[in-house]
Amino acid sequence: MSPGTDTARPPNSLGLEELPLDIEAQIVALDAPPGREAGDLTERLAEMGFLPGERVRLLARALFGEPLAVRVGSDTFALRRAEAACIRVVALAGVPAAAP
Amino acid sequence: MNALAREPLVALVGNPNCGKTALFNLLTGSRQKIANYAGVTVERKEGRLRTASGHRVRVLDLPGAYSLRPRTPDEQITCDFVLGRLPDERRPDEVVAVVDATNLRRHLRLVLALRRLGQRIVVALNMVDLAERRGIRVDAAALSRELGLPVVETVGVRAGGAAALIAHLDATHAPSPAPAPADASTAAAGASASVAADLATVAGDQHEVERILTRLGLERVRSDTLSDRIDRVVLHPIAGPLILAVTLFLIFQAVFVWAKPFMDAITALIAALAGGVARVLPAGPLESLLVDGVLAGAGSVLVFLPQILILFAFILLLEDSGYLPRAAFLLDRLMGSVGLSGRSFIPLLSSFACAVPGILAARTIPNERDRRVTILVAPLMTCSARLPVYTLLIGAFVPARTLALGIGLQGVVLFVLYFAGVTGAFLVAWVMKRLHGSAALHPLQMELPTYHVPSLRNLGIGLLQRVEVFVKRVGSIILALMVLLWFLSSFPAPPPGATGPAIEYSIAGRIGAGLAVLFAPIGFNWQISLALVPGIAAREVVVGALGTVYSLAATGSDVAGQIAPLIAREWSFATAAALLAWYVFAPQCLSTLVTARRETNGWRYPLLMVAYQFTLAYVAAGVTYHLCRAWAGAA
Repeated sequence: MSPGTDTARPPNSLGLEELPLDIEAQIVALDAPPGREAGDLTERLAEMGFLPGERVRLLARALFGEPLAVRVGSDTFALRRAEAACIRVVALAGVPAAAP
Repeated sequence: MNALAREPLVALVGNPNCGKTALFNLLTGSRQKIANYAGVTVERKEGRLRTASGHRVRVLDLPGAYSLRPRTPDEQITCDFVLGRLPDERRPDEVVAVVDATNLRRHLRLVLALRRLGQRIVVALNMVDLAERRGIRVDAAALSRELGLPVVETVGVRAGGAAALIAHLDATHAPSPAPAPADASTAAAGASASVAADLATVAGDQHEVERILTRLGLERVRSDTLSDRIDRVVLHPIAGPLILAVTLFLIFQAVFVWAKPFMDAITALIAALAGGVARVLPAGPLESLLVDGVLAGAGSVLVFLPQILILFAFILLLEDSGYLPRAAFLLDRLMGSVGLSGRSFIPLLSSFACAVPGILAARTIPNERDRRVTILVAPLMTCSARLPVYTLLIGAFVPARTLALGIGLQGVVLFVLYFAGVTGAFLVAWVMKRLHGSAALHPLQMELPTYHVPSLRNLGIGLLQRVEVFVKRVGSIILALMVLLWFLSSFPAPPPGATGPAIEYSIAGRIGAGLAVLFAPIGFNWQISLALVPGIAAREVVVGALGTVYSLAATGSDVAGQIAPLIAREWSFATAAALLAWYVFAPQCLSTLVTARRETNGWRYPLLMVAYQFTLAYVAAGVTYHLCRAWAGAA
């Protein structure tokens, strides 16, 4: 892990998998647990549009809490909890989620 | 260089779900050739297009890719092809970068990556109709200025929707002896550096896309509200699985109920043909080869075509509409618990018609381990070839009694057999997971595209292509094997004055007698053991083979009607139940094994398949046989 990714983890951030449904949040960092495929995983997420600064929202959780349907930009992706955990987000207070 | 080689070659590149295939269908119509790229199981789709001024252009539909940094075999092919790195392929003269106008934010990033390759590019701004309906107006001229690339608007699902693209290709590829615009070697050298995109490059591209979108006044994200409303129900943790279950139930009803009259018609047609041949030709080896070998062989494949067509029609409709990835989403956790992934759902669903198209569909699974396990368990889904065997045995041994609420006992037994197959598949997958261990982080990363109204044109073309692949692959293998098995069960002919059925004296008969020793402990008599031998080519042939063994003159569908009362008298219930249990796991299907060998590039998986299926079938049949006998003894 480079020091850059370590510092890019603000104290009030949480993993995307912890975000409640329909709460708008902003990505602050991509942070995969160290391992052989860590770089690959974050790059793949980045290519799908999960980049710092982008807004995300959880649309649905399947039965037993996994996988998650995640909105980023105008795309929806299905992610497992472990993948979503690599995406650190900050909930955007005062930004109401889209009405159902 | 010949004239053909100088025909311009254009490749369609784009993210998955950009409407690329619909656009390709529109450009080339049904003039498409489907093959594999050399050495890999990635589908290569090429077509030809004639422009207004009569030029011919070769068009290639490359597999969808999220980036030029390849992670799946599909993406590897797309990347290598664009770079001109594939040994048997030439570098395209122009790349058509297909982008979804409703989703420029993501799709333009791929365009930026392509632009770095120094390749000639035209951007096809696809689905402009959908974008306008959603209030997204993209100024094509402004986009072209910002990108420094030509941009044409297209609507892949409307006749004439590719006119602007065809006009562009017509203008840029007038036949001339001039070489391709970019010098391949320098472009490729520059590319190899830029392909190695890292996080910083992706982020940089994202900023550039953001800048372009802001210039075009498109920076506000608009999602499809109807699609979101559908997802609120379809992805709901309780309602979602219920909707999926009902959908699957309706599909199965359709596959078995709607297909019936067509299957009867095909059976009747084959029988009529066989009758015709028998009248014209004198009885003898040639007549027998044509009737029992070729016609019976072709018939045994073709009879399942209606079921396969109906199942594929549903799969294509669900795929085109965007529902299939949602089904995979809902099932991911369940399938993940045994080491499969939600993506295994589509191949396994196809396997209920036939394991061969199911195994082919496993190509869409990016994770190699998942793909191989899916292939391994696909034959445990009850394919329609087992149905004739099930119907025969259930009809003969299970009383047609109504249990409650109009649910028949026979139907319940059939459901139990299907369920046993699925349970077996999950069990095998789970054992494989235990043996191999699973990767620490196993990404799903599956796009849930916006819902679309499916296009009938794409449905038609898709069905035609799948039928062609199926008939060619299975037809050729089964036909050859049927002829071989006809030979084995016809020669040597019985000695003069022989009393038993002719097959008893043939090579197949001797094999059957030998097998009877092996199968006696699980309750199979020598007639069953013998009938299992031709069943290796195709399971449903067993019904006909039993007819032969019991010296019935009838062929095809009549056999079932005549043999049911006969075996009901001759066999014990335990034997029939054991045979049913055997067929839940039955290993005999050569076309599946051959397909698995091709798709996994070796004999390891097909051999593993034979071994585990034989073991499971033998154990299941044995346990069933002895339990039934013990139960009958106690009663």
